[in-house]
Amino acid sequence: MLRADTLFKTFNPGTPIENPVLRGLSLQIDSGQFVTVIGSNGAGKSTFLNALGGDVIVDSGSLHIDGKDVTRTPGWQRAGLVARVFQDPMAGTCENLSIEENMALAYYRGRKRGFGPALNRSLRELFRDKLATLKLGLENRLPDRMGLLSGGQRQAVSLLMASLQPSRILLLDEHTAALDPKTAAFVLELTDRIVHENQLTALMVTHSMRQALDRCHRTVMLHQGRVVLDVAGEERSRMQVTDLLAMFEKTRGEAIDDDALLLG
Amino acid sequence: MTLIALMGALEIGLIFALVALGVLISFRILDFPDLTADGSFPLGGAVAATLIAGGHDPWLACGVAALAGAASGWLTAWLNVRLGILQLLASILVMIALYSINLRIMGAPNMPLIGSPTIFSPFIGDNFDIAWQVQPAMLAALIVVAKLGLDVFFASQAGLAMRATGANARMARAQGIATERMVLAGMALSNALIAVAGALYVQTQGGADVSMGVGTIVVGLAAVIIGETLLPSRTLWVITLATVLGALLYRLLIALALNADFIGLQAQDLNLITALLVGFALVLPKLKAKLARKPGGAR
Repeated sequence: MLRADTLFKTFNPGTPIENPVLRGLSLQIDSGQFVTVIGSNGAGKSTFLNALGGDVIVDSGSLHIDGKDVTRTPGWQRAGLVARVFQDPMAGTCENLSIEENMALAYYRGRKRGFGPALNRSLRELFRDKLATLKLGLENRLPDRMGLLSGGQRQAVSLLMASLQPSRILLLDEHTAALDPKTAAFVLELTDRIVHENQLTALMVTHSMRQALDRCHRTVMLHQGRVVLDVAGEERSRMQVTDLLAMFEKTRGEAIDDDALLLG
Repeated sequence: MTLIALMGALEIGLIFALVALGVLISFRILDFPDLTADGSFPLGGAVAATLIAGGHDPWLACGVAALAGAASGWLTAWLNVRLGILQLLASILVMIALYSINLRIMGAPNMPLIGSPTIFSPFIGDNFDIAWQVQPAMLAALIVVAKLGLDVFFASQAGLAMRATGANARMARAQGIATERMVLAGMALSNALIAVAGALYVQTQGGADVSMGVGTIVVGLAAVIIGETLLPSRTLWVITLATVLGALLYRLLIALALNADFIGLQAQDLNLITALLVGFALVLPKLKAKLARKPGGAR
């Protein structure tokens, strides 16, 4: 389904701040898998996701989604294949547009946009039904400005938006990192539900090993722009956070110094 | 102020309402600070005047002016999105280039249109006494059509995509919107409107002049800002309405200031009055908020 083959990406090449982020990253994901990606700061998690989404075009290597070579395809042309939820609740929605306009934008993701009206009665009905499943009371606030919603509400709507159109893969880039623990738990639960209901193939970057082990079928650890750990099935279900930490320390060859990985 | 002077102010206000709608698209909807207007307004005027003087149909002249304006806006956007030149700088480059191009088009610094047919002449006929009524009425009809057309467009799937491009380009791309194309198309639309305003302007003023574009962008921005202060809203059809009203109010205030003899202002004070008006419109929301906070200050 998704096949990334020896991806390389260096930011600011040939300058003193040269930063090789992806160094031969390879990963294959089968259809319907929910994969979590962990790793310390600078491991290349976000860059990898941005490379899949098309915000970043890799220097070398190849990228196939659903059998299609998208290595050089600009991001907007991949939107029919890839749905995304960003870390920053501001980034995934337009705060100056209304809730219904934001949802209408997502409703046409990967489809041709013509001169017909963007909103009509049946679409509003659909959006209202979808929003009602969140149980946040947003179904009565369709014309409200997105900027009036809290971060958690916006992430929840972003998730709904990502599921309005079928996609081959859903990319979640630490989409609960900016939320308080209670809201984060709600958004994670919603994520599980949406991924399950729509049988999505999903890739979730997280800073929390707990989150990584509690859900999904498979956990991948990145370090220095490469996959250093890839566990699934039997082996993974027996693992505890401490096991994961031990493996993490082993691969780094040093003691863990990132508190964020221990918390949550 | 006489009725005829009032109608004259209204006429110019209506023409600049079209400029203001164009500025609204670039500055507010696309978030693209664009000074091309100072070049595309006289470009529209030069193209229309040259075609009309050459015996062509005035409506056709307006259409060609729109295309020329669209090309200039597209070029500014292209310099930005393809060559990576800063938005403001790209528009300044096109603006000064257009000064030469406008001179080339007209072949002279100005082109009189006295006695030539205009889009207004079939409705005026031989009775020149009614020109001061017919011209504002026709312009008002054109502005209503332009405003409603923009409202319909920005409520469409493509129009919503253009608004998302200006509001959050990264999100727009993630939704599959070709943001670069949207900027190119939006800037073309914006400057097409401004060029049509230039084409209408030369037909009401009896000729084109190469320097007629100086300050166009300031007037357009003034109208947008006065409109926002007058009628603050996030709903698009209200915003376009506020912009049109802002342009009309701006011209009326200017006319009042210049016609009130006791103030002693003259035509050369126009830019000073503009600056004062826009400055006032900018601080007005803050003043309002301050008054509202003071107990008993609100009324």
